[in-house]
Amino acid sequence: MVNLIWAFMAIIGIVYAMIHGTMDEVNEAIFTSAGEAVTLSIGLISVLVFWLGIMKVAEKAGILAVLAKIFRPLVIKLFPDIPKDHPAIGYILSNFTANVFGLGNAATPMGIKAMEQMKQLSGTNTASRSMITFLALNTSSLTLIPTTVIAIRMQYDSVSPTEIVGATMMATIISSLSAIIIDRFFYYRSRWRA
Amino acid sequence: MALFTSISTWIIPCFILLVLITAMIKKVPAYELFVEGGKEGVKMAFSLVPFLVGMIVAIAILRSSGALEAFIQLLAPILTLIGIPPEIIPLALIRPISGTAALGMTTELIHTYGPDSFIGRLASVMQGSTDTTLYILTVYFGAIGIKKMGYALKVGLLADVVGITASIIIVTILFG
Repeated sequence: MVNLIWAFMAIIGIVYAMIHGTMDEVNEAIFTSAGEAVTLSIGLISVLVFWLGIMKVAEKAGILAVLAKIFRPLVIKLFPDIPKDHPAIGYILSNFTANVFGLGNAATPMGIKAMEQMKQLSGTNTASRSMITFLALNTSSLTLIPTTVIAIRMQYDSVSPTEIVGATMMATIISSLSAIIIDRFFYYRSRWRA
Repeated sequence: MALFTSISTWIIPCFILLVLITAMIKKVPAYELFVEGGKEGVKMAFSLVPFLVGMIVAIAILRSSGALEAFIQLLAPILTLIGIPPEIIPLALIRPISGTAALGMTTELIHTYGPDSFIGRLASVMQGSTDTTLYILTVYFGAIGIKKMGYALKVGLLADVVGITASIIIVTILFG
């Protein structure tokens, strides 16, 4: 699926450029965007090193286990495939908490750790049920206060930069709930077929 | 709101404080563990490079050729028919694919139509209520080496459709 989408994006773009004479732009975009992608990855080093370092300490100090214990009932409902005391639950919770507070930078490393733990549980190269549920929640955005958007609105002299917060919360809750429902639907459908 | 903003700024330092104090009490070697964990971060960032370069270049080709713009123009009449303002369509379509492009478009829409216009509000809510599905999929699956994504992409994109539809309906009801 991803292989197809990836190839199609590039193929369509290049063929379109042939017909419409935008090859110069495409040629330039290939190299500048490759550079941007590397800059982005390098930029991630600082956050990843810092958060994975802190999280390692937190894990060994037993904080993740405590977090996991408190929110266990909810997470177990969402991720029935993960054993109750597994460290994955602690990482999932830290990722969700960081997301809710709009701390995307802190959320990503914890999300990756959570995925790593889930991969150890499944032991294959195929996305497991829990991984997909976790991704679905992350892609639907859990952010309650959209700080970046508020900052942009302030920059352009909005009378009330935060007036969209309530609407954003509602939309976020709806999209997260539907992510869970859609995820469940596809899971049971795949079970049913197999 | 002020309370929430200050919670957001306090939460990280306080979390670090909590971790370090607990580590002291439990007598675990905090610094050594930090370095050990940090090393994983370096490895992880480098392993992400090919995934991000691949995805971002493909999207850049599609955008710079003008094909993406043409596709949006093609869809515009149909979407306008069901009450979606055409100005917002490029943002709705780009939001799941490219985070930086979406942020750029949101800024542009707010700049052009004003933050307190219907379009400006709609762009704000849309930007805030969904995330970049393709980026999250690339980073998370790339970092741990998942080859088969199963139905993950379908779930992510469908949730985006619901989120975007929900933001249009909610903004229309609240501010329309």
